[in-house]
Amino acid sequence: MSETDADTVGRDGAPLGKRGGERPIAIEFRDVAKTYGSGPPALSRLSLSIARGDLVVLIGPSGSGKSTALGLINRLIEPTAGTVSVDGADVRRSDPVTLRRRIGFVFQGVGLFPHLTVAENVGITPRLLDWPADRTAARVRELLELVRLDPRFASRYPRQLSGGEQQRVGIARALAAGPDIMLLDEPFAALDPLVRDELGAEYRAIHDRLRLTTVMVSHDMTEALLLADRIVVLRDGGLVQEGTPRQVVTAPADNFVRSLIEAPRRRAEQLRRALEGGAP
Amino acid sequence: MSGGTAWSSAFALLPEYLGQHVLLSLSAIVLGTAISLPLAILAARSRVLRTPALAFANIVQTIPGLALLALFYPLLLGLSAFTASRFGFSLPALGFLPALLALTLYSMLPVLTNTIAGLSGIDPAVKTAALAAGMTRRQSLVLVELPLAAPVIMAGIRIAAVWVIGTATLSTPVGQTSLGNYIFTGLQTENWVFVLFGCAAAALLALVVDRLLALAESGFAKRSRLRLAFAALGVMLLIAASVAPMEGGAAAPRIVIGAKNFEEQYILSELIAARLERAGFRTTRKDDLGSTIIFRALAAGDIDVYVDYSGTIWANEMRRPDSPGRAAVLRDMAAWLKAQFGIRDLGSLGFENAYVLAMRSDRARQLGIRSLADLAAYAPQLKIGGDYEFFARPEWASVEKAYGLHFAQKRTFQPTFLYRAVRDGDVDVIAGFSSDGRIAQYDLALLTDPKSALPPYDAVLLVSPKHANDTKLVGALTPLIGRIDLTRMQRANLAVDSGKQTPEAGARLLEQQMPNSN
Repeated sequence: MSETDADTVGRDGAPLGKRGGERPIAIEFRDVAKTYGSGPPALSRLSLSIARGDLVVLIGPSGSGKSTALGLINRLIEPTAGTVSVDGADVRRSDPVTLRRRIGFVFQGVGLFPHLTVAENVGITPRLLDWPADRTAARVRELLELVRLDPRFASRYPRQLSGGEQQRVGIARALAAGPDIMLLDEPFAALDPLVRDELGAEYRAIHDRLRLTTVMVSHDMTEALLLADRIVVLRDGGLVQEGTPRQVVTAPADNFVRSLIEAPRRRAEQLRRALEGGAP
Repeated sequence: MSGGTAWSSAFALLPEYLGQHVLLSLSAIVLGTAISLPLAILAARSRVLRTPALAFANIVQTIPGLALLALFYPLLLGLSAFTASRFGFSLPALGFLPALLALTLYSMLPVLTNTIAGLSGIDPAVKTAALAAGMTRRQSLVLVELPLAAPVIMAGIRIAAVWVIGTATLSTPVGQTSLGNYIFTGLQTENWVFVLFGCAAAALLALVVDRLLALAESGFAKRSRLRLAFAALGVMLLIAASVAPMEGGAAAPRIVIGAKNFEEQYILSELIAARLERAGFRTTRKDDLGSTIIFRALAAGDIDVYVDYSGTIWANEMRRPDSPGRAAVLRDMAAWLKAQFGIRDLGSLGFENAYVLAMRSDRARQLGIRSLADLAAYAPQLKIGGDYEFFARPEWASVEKAYGLHFAQKRTFQPTFLYRAVRDGDVDVIAGFSSDGRIAQYDLALLTDPKSALPPYDAVLLVSPKHANDTKLVGALTPLIGRIDLTRMQRANLAVDSGKQTPEAGARLLEQQMPNSN
């Protein structure tokens, strides 16, 4: 199963997505820098455009600035220099609360509110937007179906759910107010591999179906190659390479990128050999 | 008084004492939480505020409960003088207000620390998630942070409640009725049933409240509406059950009768109450007040009538070092009270309750001590005991100076234990009261005062400025003037002090024996 998925990388890498001429830019970083306190810059002069409809994976080792870049988009983090724009407007000119209600955010592991039920978690942003209760309830049902959770889960608390189920709720919650843009911070990293693959593929389907623009942070190159329209490789707060999965695999910018793609490539080789030679 | 009647008279007082205790504790906890919670929320976000807020609450906690309660008396007195001169209204410095303020301060530390701990202990990821979901800081606080911190906050409120309920028993000396009245009165009259009853009632109340709030805490922790509902119901029932049986107070203004912290004062306060009630007044009692507090309270109108002793006012209030003789003291004091405060001195009841130095007769004979002058030579080898006030009073300073007394050790006792201490040899000399029945009972020798260093201590009936010209009240009390002699007072004191009679019975005894009593 994972073998056929691996094969689709090549197909997916150059779809209608990128080459299809000029699409509007959803998110733009222009010379963005961020320094925390007196430390070294977490991000230095990053310039990057993300086209509407793309699923972009920011990848790099810890400390590369990928989570900082994500937080800058919905103003969880404010830049030290440069400009971040969403739909052409400088985010610093928009109210952070309004901005965040328009942008879905999914966290690694824990981000659910432990004192609220699944339904209340999913319905939190509609509640903040003063939706009527019946509209919120209908939206919650629709979203649980979208993320393939049994409606019976609605009245449970997060601690009663498995990790995978919790993250489905996390995705549903981020989608609740119908955002165009989704930000995912290592959403599947804490899950076991089987669930991770399954949820990744499902998210990709949701992204396509709802025509979202997604920025996902990951440190897993396999995941990036499988899911992304475009991959942005970061290291030490700087951009190393930006391109389609195919471009990254076939023309790595330097030894660092090469080392990043080495692991999935080697595993794919090993897998192929094992399946060819080792079949009883 | 036999055990059975002590229990039944303790039960008879329970509705009033428990109701007042619950009302006071509840108000202090509600007010304390209402102040601490917002303060803690601000402090959790700001280090600048957190350090001083916690330091303040910690310092308050180190002040002994009784001292904290007592401190609010002069504080409120000063504040009251200020508001009276600036805004034309005064504040009561005795009773509910000082007790409420002191207990409120006392309740703050656990609520503050727990709220700060609860809020800072929240997973930062959850707080980021709240922001990312589009919450304002206020929404994040109300919808996420406070609900998550609720069990810890509730635990703080629970600790505060138990502390406050325990400490509220100490509000009796500032004139607020509480379950502490059992303890203070019982200690004074050696009515151990009362002491036990007061302790048990306060402990039981604390225990019940603790369990109810623990239920609320687990309700928050487990998100169980049922538990929360039961806890709320329990607290409401407890409040209703303890406050409802209290006598409705607001109807007619009551005459407040003050008493210091010894038997004679309880008996006289009962006697005054009985006469006033017969004359159609409604009365209420404030017992166990210190000498200075009770005088200021009368001047300020917090109490309306009480019995003081001429020497006390002469030395403590008028600051007179001289001793011009009994009649002159009485005359000058009455004039001074009227001129300074508008207090009306109805006159002497007919007996003196002087500070006297006393020793066991056998010991005095053995050492050949008859007077304070004789005592001076032996003083460096002797131990002296006094009540809480005596060694701080000007009379002691003048006695010390007049006779050159320097004792090996000075110890202070609750008046009840003072006489026993000298009987049992824990101290050699005591500064007792001349009207106390135990002087005769324990065969104590009174030492004479040849230099008249101690002023006379005629028991005088004082009326507050507010009622100075209240002819009905004055008329009801005037028959007491000159009718109580020392022997009768001693007998009544002894009956109450030995635990055989309640102060109320002592007052009846006194009245029956009064000459020309009507």
